[in-house]
Amino acid sequence: MASEGEFNVALPYDSAAKFGEYAHPQMIVSTEWLAAHLDDPGLVVAESDEDVLLYETGHIPGAVKLDWHTELNDQVTRDYVDGAGFAALMSAKGISRDTTLVLYGDRNNWWAAYALWVCSLFGHPDVRLLDGGRAKWIAEGREVSTAEVKRPQAGYPVIDRDDAQLRAFQDQVLAHLGQPMIDVRSPGEYSGELLHMPDYPQEGALRGGHIPGARSVPWARAAAEDATFRTRAELEAIYHDEAGLRPEDDVVVYCRIGERSSHTWFVLQHLLGFPNVRNYDGSWTEWGNSVRVPITRGENP
Amino acid sequence: MTPATLNPRLQEIADDFNAMPAKERLQLLLEFSQQLPALPDRYAEHRDLLEPVPECQSPLFLAVEVEPDATVRLFFEAPPEAPTTRGFASILHAGLDGLDADEVLATPGEFTSQLGLQDLVSPLRLRGMAAMLARIKRQIRDQRG
Repeated sequence: MASEGEFNVALPYDSAAKFGEYAHPQMIVSTEWLAAHLDDPGLVVAESDEDVLLYETGHIPGAVKLDWHTELNDQVTRDYVDGAGFAALMSAKGISRDTTLVLYGDRNNWWAAYALWVCSLFGHPDVRLLDGGRAKWIAEGREVSTAEVKRPQAGYPVIDRDDAQLRAFQDQVLAHLGQPMIDVRSPGEYSGELLHMPDYPQEGALRGGHIPGARSVPWARAAAEDATFRTRAELEAIYHDEAGLRPEDDVVVYCRIGERSSHTWFVLQHLLGFPNVRNYDGSWTEWGNSVRVPITRGENP
Repeated sequence: MTPATLNPRLQEIADDFNAMPAKERLQLLLEFSQQLPALPDRYAEHRDLLEPVPECQSPLFLAVEVEPDATVRLFFEAPPEAPTTRGFASILHAGLDGLDADEVLATPGEFTSQLGLQDLVSPLRLRGMAAMLARIKRQIRDQRG
């Protein structure tokens, strides 16, 4: 276990006015900021996409690839890599414990937020999300490269993963019933309508519906058309006014396997500043297959 | 487990994938994605004729034509920002377009597991490719009546 000492932030924060409204403005940077700091020592940019080939079609110059399926997940048990695995992964990517790590990706940063959440389980001190992700960088005509990136091997320490603060398991969700919960899947998944198409692969859950009491707020509502996060005022209108969350609430978020809900976790924890937000990564592929857990069908919580 | 028999073109594609190390398999899939033929005008201008494949995690549309001599013609559309989906569609195009309907129908649904991609690509995505094949087969059966 590395000591919890003082960490020098290698790079300055992005002081954009929009970010200043957020609870933790140090967790997010703009494309302008990244373009200006791309060559700074102490910075590593990592792309994490839903599409496993997208990075290869062209990435931000110097960015490494971080793959959720083959790298962040344990390849045998349904779990994330352990401390030794994470240390080996980060070291191989040229990331040190004091690196400023900026993550970005496709689909409104869906997978980048997931990677950020996993990095947070290991308490990486300085990890930030690129507002607007891959789509905005490309839409602005900024440089992309297909050159192979090989960063020098770094020495990342072995840090025990801490699941207690940010991650919820099924028994904890059962104990949480009646308290605030957000289901971030699409309305059809939430209501439990199944796509009945004989001979076609299904989503991998035996039962449809949602966890009783969970409010439906599809994750992408937090993103604007250009894939950037909505402003704090817009997010408060969605999560406070519409979904009824109060600032002190202990919130559990879930989706299908915990990826889309990582995006909402980031919004609630870092942009709106909820103190306790846990991502239930077992999500519907666990709940919808479990024996005798309660399920609600339909549009209401 | 004995792998199901593939037609020679699909078998050659599977052999190509399996002959290379994992990292290069992704490069090969990328090359396939770049070779997916564009839609002909009769579909590009009438996208309502295309069947959506919602099992794919990215938008994918396909059309199937069975010619009078039973030759199958396949058409796909997927956006450039979905290279994996394009790559899968392109493999199906390269392996099945122009074959006889019975040959396409004989393609085993589990052939997606014979490309050596299971460790590189999420299971849900591979199921997306299987879904494309299932829909192609269903359209062939429907068109033959």
